[in-house]
Amino acid sequence: MYNRKVNNAISKEHALYLARIKRKKLLIRLTQIGILIAFIALWELTARLNMIDSFITSQPSRIVNTLKSLYREGTLWMHISITIFETIIGFVLGTVLGTAIAIILWWSDFVAKVADPYLVVLSSLPKVALGPIIIVWIGAGPLAIIAMALFVSLIVTIITVLNGFLEVSPDKIKLLQTFGASKIQILMKVILPASVPTIISAVKVNIGMSWVGVIVGEFLVSKAGLGHLIVYGGQVFKLDLVMTSVFILSIAAALMYQFVAWLEKKYVRWQY
Amino acid sequence: MSKNEMVSLKNVSLKYHSLEGETHAINNISFSVNQGEFIGIVGPSGCGKTTILSLIAGLIKPTKGQVLVDNKSVEGTSTDVGYMLQQDYLFEWRTIMQNVLLGLEIHNKVNQFTKAKAEKLLEIYGLGDFKNHYPNQLSGGMRQRVALIRTLAIDPKILLLDEPFSALDYQTRLAMSDEVSTIIRKEGKTALLVTHDISEAISMSDRVIVLSKRPATIKTIHHIQLTTEKGNPISRRQAPEFREYFNAIWKELDVHV
Repeated sequence: MYNRKVNNAISKEHALYLARIKRKKLLIRLTQIGILIAFIALWELTARLNMIDSFITSQPSRIVNTLKSLYREGTLWMHISITIFETIIGFVLGTVLGTAIAIILWWSDFVAKVADPYLVVLSSLPKVALGPIIIVWIGAGPLAIIAMALFVSLIVTIITVLNGFLEVSPDKIKLLQTFGASKIQILMKVILPASVPTIISAVKVNIGMSWVGVIVGEFLVSKAGLGHLIVYGGQVFKLDLVMTSVFILSIAAALMYQFVAWLEKKYVRWQY
Repeated sequence: MSKNEMVSLKNVSLKYHSLEGETHAINNISFSVNQGEFIGIVGPSGCGKTTILSLIAGLIKPTKGQVLVDNKSVEGTSTDVGYMLQQDYLFEWRTIMQNVLLGLEIHNKVNQFTKAKAEKLLEIYGLGDFKNHYPNQLSGGMRQRVALIRTLAIDPKILLLDEPFSALDYQTRLAMSDEVSTIIRKEGKTALLVTHDISEAISMSDRVIVLSKRPATIKTIHHIQLTTEKGNPISRRQAPEFREYFNAIWKELDVHV
């Protein structure tokens, strides 16, 4: 019952069952890849046959060429790394600061109750509206972009993580109290470890938020980075550049998300 | 005062306050428990059974009266008292061994000696092979056993059991009450068991205290004397006197549905 028996001699029915599951998985993956290939092929084909105007829609081969020339100019990695750097700093700061503030609010019921209406207003405010203020106050540079990314993710982190803290079973806290635990011990031994899944899901949300903050920041400040390339491309009507940047952006965002998912699997063993 | 009195409540009353008003939970309760004795407390639901345990554990203070543990007034939680809750509340992010060490960690008493003792307890009670497992890999009964060992690891003199088997299915419940009672008697602990299960109280306890409805007062105290060869709860349930005690307590509880 507790040590699941490994049955080496699989029955015929079970082998069929496993094969069916495997086939289904394969089919899903093939369809996914198929859609992508069909989309790219159709795009390229209709552009070559002049059925769509590739000046406006760009086309896959031109995207590849733009990638190549950016790479040759040596600016490709510069733009990518600036944007990724700003995003990482933004979401790490957002997560750490947000969690720290959530801890303060958990610690003091008074502070939490006082802060509540302010948090509600701040969380419903579109943070992008703060962009011009941030630029005026901090200056048009990478710092303003990071601040933007931080603001976008901070409030939502505070609210999510605090809710996670408050959802920890009161009986688990009572258990620690019966052992005579202090408030700091309750925080360290149950509140924080029990909230690891909440914090990780906040991190996953924050990555997306941070990308939004950074790209908007780069739209506004516009000196380097993928957001800058997109805005610049749009202004000079180089849709190839815009599409290429969006393409790079989607790959970078997906990779970063996968990385956190991998970290979660690796370190939150007890969940699985 | 007798020398081997481990727990004693003297004219204890308690009122809870909430926005809805004042709740008189218990009223003028006095009883004492001797070293090594097993006491069962039964009463109508919501009558304040758990409150009595919280008072002994030092989680709350009485409005009136005095609570003594080992002849000292209770001024907060102490390692003299171990508390077992309705569910195991094992921390799923800790291994079984880490869960067992929780109480010791809080008291900063984790050392080679206490660790070895905790490990030995796990060995004795059949969980040695599971010490590096996580709680979700264990069955309900095993988890409850881990919870008991977690409580025993701080080496308390008194164990408070708050309906510790209520989350288990009936068969596991019978087996666990048998096992837990054997463990507690073997370790020579004094125990107070709160339960709504009359049979469980009679089969496990030396004395059963019956409480009235809220505000709880003591209705009767039954000295359980059963003619059995073996003293474990399952065989105690076979004793001829068992039904008489059951009927007497059932009448006193005065349950109306």
